[in-house]
Amino acid sequence: MNNTVLNTVLRFIGLVLLQVIICSNINFLGYLNPYIYIIFIFLYPISNNRLLFIFLSFLLGLSVDLFLDSGGVHATASVAIAYVRPLFLKFSFGAAYEYQAIKFSNTTFSQRLIYFISLIVIHHALLFSLVIFDQNEALLIIKQTFYSSIFTLIICLLLTSLFSKKEL
Amino acid sequence: MQQLFNFFIKNKTFVLFLLLFSCGLSLTIQSNEYQRSKFINSANQISGSVYGAFHSLSQYFHLKKENEILLKENNRLKTLMFSEEKWRSIDTVLEKKYAIQPSLVYKNSFALPNNYLTLNKGQKDSIKEDYGVITSNGIVGIIDAVSSNYSRVLSILNTNSRVNVKLKKTNYFGILSWDGKSPDVVQLKDIQDLVKLAVGDTIVTSGYSSTFPPNIPVGSILSYALNETEDLYIIEVKLFNDMKNLEHVYIIKNTAINELKALNILDE
Repeated sequence: MNNTVLNTVLRFIGLVLLQVIICSNINFLGYLNPYIYIIFIFLYPISNNRLLFIFLSFLLGLSVDLFLDSGGVHATASVAIAYVRPLFLKFSFGAAYEYQAIKFSNTTFSQRLIYFISLIVIHHALLFSLVIFDQNEALLIIKQTFYSSIFTLIICLLLTSLFSKKEL
Repeated sequence: MQQLFNFFIKNKTFVLFLLLFSCGLSLTIQSNEYQRSKFINSANQISGSVYGAFHSLSQYFHLKKENEILLKENNRLKTLMFSEEKWRSIDTVLEKKYAIQPSLVYKNSFALPNNYLTLNKGQKDSIKEDYGVITSNGIVGIIDAVSSNYSRVLSILNTNSRVNVKLKKTNYFGILSWDGKSPDVVQLKDIQDLVKLAVGDTIVTSGYSSTFPPNIPVGSILSYALNETEDLYIIEVKLFNDMKNLEHVYIIKNTAINELKALNILDE
């Protein structure tokens, strides 16, 4: 039990630092950055305490906002995907989720892919509509969401497979 | 009343979600208004020290380039000093209005519509809000939040940024703003259609505001066109500064800023 708490805290701090120190300074092709801190929301243990989970997600987004001077955009987007996460857990992993028995290392690659893509796209769409905040720039929002989602997805898949504890 | 409580307890997840979501939204909307985004900013002890720790590591990558820039500036200043003795202003009272404070850039961004920089100087170095920030090439932005050790700069690459500038040749002045697109090009508005323009003309600060002294280089004209009503120009200005690569900057302390502000209040 204590191990999980420690793990969560370390992951929280580690991902925020990784995001603000490295990932937000990549600026691939001039403007593309991956937003990898949402891995925390993907991998947060499935438990009954959704209130704590939503609050932690808000805190996660807010700490990223604090570093990146972006007002409250990351906090808003993070809270949104934390709230809709159960829906997509059910959608991607099916019945196994109902028993709270799934482990991310036991799921198939395609299940994880669907789960990641759906949450990343929602997060990024909300994030960029708030960052750009201009209805005349809808095309730019879609473009940014699309390219950044691909970038984030690749980095997320790499990171999660790098740190997954698979028994050999 | 009982039913109301029951409703809240039953939907507590949704209520919390709604609460935090609107909290985040209000912070976002607040930050889109000029000079309002002071609640959550990177000029604080936590983010400042984290950025500082990693900056001391990453600065070694830029050493060579920074050296070249400093050498070039030294060269320019030496030339000025040796060749023109009368360059020194006669009006020494006016000259002392501004003091310069060198500073390091801890964090910089340029890919968002609203960009900010974090500097490693704050109230302890008597930095205040509304002080201007420049490099040896041109202007960077205006300080908009200060903590004891760090300060935050509203970059000219911010859609909320407004700087008073003028054409060096003809002294016509206008307002410099940014459309959020290219980090190399900003827009100059409010120049009348009577004014003769040429591509490559230099834009400098006007000195009408208390933030920047006059004649600090800003950029050169890239292209120009008339606006919809065809009475004012919209000028695309190519910045002299490379905003993507900032390391050493200078903060311009205007020691007379309070005096000027007091006068302005009296005027109103």
